[in-house]
Amino acid sequence: MIRVQTDTLTAPAASRRAARAAARPPRRAGFRPDHRPRRPFSVLILVVLAFYATGPLAVFVFNSLKSPAEISRSPIGLPSEWRWENFATAFEDANMGQGLLNSAIIAVSTALGVCVIASMAAYAMTRLDLPGKSAWILYILVSTSVPIQLFLVPLLSWWSTLGLYNTQFGLIVIYWAVYSPFATMLLRSFLLTIPKEYEEAARLDGAGEWRLFTRVMVPMIWPGMLTVALVAGLQAYNEFLLAVTFIQDSQLLPVSLSLYSFQQSYAVDWSLVSAAGLIMAAPVIVVFLLLQRRFIEGYTQGGLAN
Amino acid sequence: MTSATARIGAGPAVRRPRRRRRLVAWLFIAPLAIVNLLVIGGPGLSSLLFSFTDWDGLGQANFVGIDNYVELFQSPNVLAAIWHNLLWTLFFLIVPISMALLGAFLLSRLRRGQVLFRTLYFIPYVLATIVSATVWRQILSPDAGIGAALANLGFDGLAGVNFLGDPSLALGSVAFVNNWQWWGFLLVLFLAAMQGVNPALYEAARLDGANAWREFWHITLPGIRPTLMFLVLMTVIWSFLVFDYVYILTQGGPAGSSDVLATVLYRTAFSEQRAGYASAMAMLLSSISAVVVAGYLILRKKLDWDV
Repeated sequence: MIRVQTDTLTAPAASRRAARAAARPPRRAGFRPDHRPRRPFSVLILVVLAFYATGPLAVFVFNSLKSPAEISRSPIGLPSEWRWENFATAFEDANMGQGLLNSAIIAVSTALGVCVIASMAAYAMTRLDLPGKSAWILYILVSTSVPIQLFLVPLLSWWSTLGLYNTQFGLIVIYWAVYSPFATMLLRSFLLTIPKEYEEAARLDGAGEWRLFTRVMVPMIWPGMLTVALVAGLQAYNEFLLAVTFIQDSQLLPVSLSLYSFQQSYAVDWSLVSAAGLIMAAPVIVVFLLLQRRFIEGYTQGGLAN
Repeated sequence: MTSATARIGAGPAVRRPRRRRRLVAWLFIAPLAIVNLLVIGGPGLSSLLFSFTDWDGLGQANFVGIDNYVELFQSPNVLAAIWHNLLWTLFFLIVPISMALLGAFLLSRLRRGQVLFRTLYFIPYVLATIVSATVWRQILSPDAGIGAALANLGFDGLAGVNFLGDPSLALGSVAFVNNWQWWGFLLVLFLAAMQGVNPALYEAARLDGANAWREFWHITLPGIRPTLMFLVLMTVIWSFLVFDYVYILTQGGPAGSSDVLATVLYRTAFSEQRAGYASAMAMLLSSISAVVVAGYLILRKKLDWDV
């Protein structure tokens, strides 16, 4: 269900293309010497699409640096005077510091928990004597495609009863449950590619299953774990529906809800709202640009399994 | 079955290690099983039970038979929301998929700059819904947005247009904003699928003198069919579950003009305190997903598609 061709994604497309071209036998003279002619019209369309994707972000950045008066005078376009103090004001007024800290706690705990839960489950499903393996796989596939609305209402009442409503831990546990089925399937596919000889050697040395798992398996599926952590952490950072339902206390709000409530109250001061939005987006954009290949790999698989 | 025979055959000497191995396996899967049943499995099943009650979310629930389901299909709000979900589905089947197919096809034929373009297209997808909603709320606002900017340049056709506040424009505007974030993700998936198409097919087509359009229609589209079909079906499912953008940008308004099933459900459960009725809506939503997923699996099995 989720087998995207990741090898074609991760390998730099341009170099593979070059290799392919080099491997091709030389052409007969007179037959279209340039196999891939330049296509100015195609490039133009691609540039227009790129502008559509990033233009609004440029407007967003410009507006975060303007004064409200300048936004109403010239809503789109470069700021005449770069008001960096907007960021400090927005950071203060929207309580972004607390929000970012809460989000960091939630995202990191989600990522760690999902890694632990999913890798253990994937290990049980591929290497241990677990009864009904195919039933487990089916259950996990079903739970990746279940809509959140199906369990949202009773879950709220369960969480109130258990004292987990309006706590960060309660929200983190929900994220563990919602994001680990896909992570399990991803890590399972990693584990299936690892030959059994490694663990047999360790078993002969008398290692127990836990030791085997932490010392032999986890290091071998490390790239998969990083992808899983990145995707789960980012999804938790960006998530809205569960956060808005399960967290009420303003001291506990993740940054997405700080921004949401700031937007509701300051609906007119676009410069400060834009600055606050950029404060929330900046860490994600930086991490994405640094780790984009792993991101795209994880997200394309994650999205397909949703 | 196999365990029983193994036990008889192997005798008591192996019994304990095998039982122990099972126990270890259960311990390894226990964290997943516990959080999953606690958050998804248990509440999901109780949603089914509550959908036959008048539960308010807090107190006693009384059995009311299929009353909630009868009300569901007679409520004008729900029927309007289903209609909006259908329009939403149509929009997302056409606009983002065509944009992504076009972009991915052109990009797959580009010799240089593929990674750069792919990165630019993907950036909106990594942003939080709340961030991209913030970006577009300003651009679509009547006083400080695109309409005002064009009016400054002397073109006042859009001046004062309230994209999110006009009942005839609200739903389309929200879909437009969601598409901005969504289509680049589809493009990346299509691009990955296109790179898996056998290049020899294109060589052969070029020898036959095929133009770009014929290459796209006869080689690319059939080559990425599994991915395309999967995303078409997922688009249908996701279109019925859409919540975030509508809730953040319009809250379903003005006057219910952009309400979708998920926002009606949320209001019914948490503002009107009718959790039993909301559970019936949740069952409707889930059965739509279930039907689409089942249809997909059957198609895949019948036609032997490899996805």
